[in-house]
Amino acid sequence: MAYSDKVLDHYNQPRNVGSLDKNSTTVGTGVVGAPECGDVMKLQIEVDGDRIVDAKFKTFGCGSAIASSSLATEWIKGKTLDEALEIRNTDIVQELSLPPVKIHCSVLAEDAIKAAVADFKAKAQENAPKEVVKS
Amino acid sequence: MTATSDPRAPDRQPTLSTMKLPIYMDYQATTPVDPRVLDAMLPFFGPDFGNAASRNHAFGWRAEEAVENAREDVAKVLGASSKEIVFTSGSTEAINLAMKGVVEMYAEKGKHIITSESEHKAVLDTAKHLEKHGCEVTYLKPGRDARTTAADVAAAMRPDTVLVAIMWANNEVGTVNDVRGIGALCKERGVIFFTDATQTVGKIPVDVEADHVDLLCLSAHKLYGPKGVGALYVRRRNPRVRLVAQMDGGGHERGMRSGTLNVPGIVGLGAACRIGREELEAETRRAIALRDRLEQSITSRLDHVHFNGSREHRLPGCLNLSFSYVEGESLLMGISDIAVSSGSACTSASLEPSHVLRAMEVGDELAHSSIRFGIGRFTTEVEVDYAADRLVEVVRKLRAMSPLYEMVQEGIDLSTVKWQGGH
Repeated sequence: MAYSDKVLDHYNQPRNVGSLDKNSTTVGTGVVGAPECGDVMKLQIEVDGDRIVDAKFKTFGCGSAIASSSLATEWIKGKTLDEALEIRNTDIVQELSLPPVKIHCSVLAEDAIKAAVADFKAKAQENAPKEVVKS
Repeated sequence: MTATSDPRAPDRQPTLSTMKLPIYMDYQATTPVDPRVLDAMLPFFGPDFGNAASRNHAFGWRAEEAVENAREDVAKVLGASSKEIVFTSGSTEAINLAMKGVVEMYAEKGKHIITSESEHKAVLDTAKHLEKHGCEVTYLKPGRDARTTAADVAAAMRPDTVLVAIMWANNEVGTVNDVRGIGALCKERGVIFFTDATQTVGKIPVDVEADHVDLLCLSAHKLYGPKGVGALYVRRRNPRVRLVAQMDGGGHERGMRSGTLNVPGIVGLGAACRIGREELEAETRRAIALRDRLEQSITSRLDHVHFNGSREHRLPGCLNLSFSYVEGESLLMGISDIAVSSGSACTSASLEPSHVLRAMEVGDELAHSSIRFGIGRFTTEVEVDYAADRLVEVVRKLRAMSPLYEMVQEGIDLSTVKWQGGH
């Protein structure tokens, strides 16, 4: 299979590989995929207010999966949470020129962004001063 | 046939600085044509272009003589007689002819076939075709080492079993099946035994008499011959095996395979078999040494590397390893100057990992992480060392970005993780 230049570029020089402290209240972590399916992505965001100030990823998967998650971290850095949630897998497909058999890689990257944002929001909710719920 | 055309000549052995990239290490997929084989073939593309079926002039006689000499060479490497060799376009055609030909010929005897889940697709798909036409097929599950034994076959035997189709050696993991035991069992039960020996001929000793084989296929391009030519061995005595031809026409190959003979290809197959037979021992020793050097060089530097196949019963030049927490295709991408294969789903359009590794139940996760290294006649030590170095480097790099490897380092048992999504 021939890879697009952009996939090769992300594979050879992946952006933002690494981990953030998953226990930090300002960090949201999304882990999607499964080992037996051949891809697992971990995408993490560090949030200040509602803005993503840092993003890191680690991916077990093919070159297109690595490139999709690398690109995703690049794109979400500096965006607000709502802006990040607007990223669609089709944007990733287009940017990386992914062939049809690799579309699932882009879907996984979109899912990883959503999971990381959801995790952050859940944490923020938990740490927010509790409101009294009337029954 | 000049000695200098042999890339293995001492003055042609590469050093690290003269080594050519990319390196070919996929000898189970195909092999380069041996220069000696090419030399033998060339006249038949030129002045000796005759049709082997032309009985009344010198052009035809010359071609026929060359074909018959090749038939002798093919027979010899199998321990067969030349009258038992039918030339085909390769193993796939030979498999179709053997399986369909037997089922049609012996339809009255029974309709049950025994084969294995780890067979090549050519056998599995032919079996599926025969199922659609009324056959019942038992697909044996190979062991964790991919091996099928006589006991496995015996347990599946029925009074109406007409054919056993078990490969000699597996193309993905290199496991050598208990062919002699299965052959003896089939002989005792009066069942025809067909074995796909595509990966075997020229690699390990083959003797259709001692091994009780009734039908056997081989392909030239797996043993340093050209693509598009192969043969089917069809036992003629004790017992005589008869087939219904699957290709109608001029009655070539004693009626079993019509079509003008591919004379240059057949000459190449003959030369490849002759060289394979003459050099078998030396080549086996060489391939084993290189294969073990490769494995040692890799496993001495990396943890979590799994061996797939059988340590005891294996082909000399095949090494299949799984690198946990690294996906096979991304690994292939990183070692793009080394030609190897992966059992990962991502290398196939189907998104299903290797059916062989699945049948062995190594687990889909390890199947996705598997790499097959094929070592052969022209592989050198320098290439093996380079391949091992590159591979170790890339596995380390990919593990550094693998969330699975990170979890394992943190002491998490991956089997207890609840995974989200996936496909």
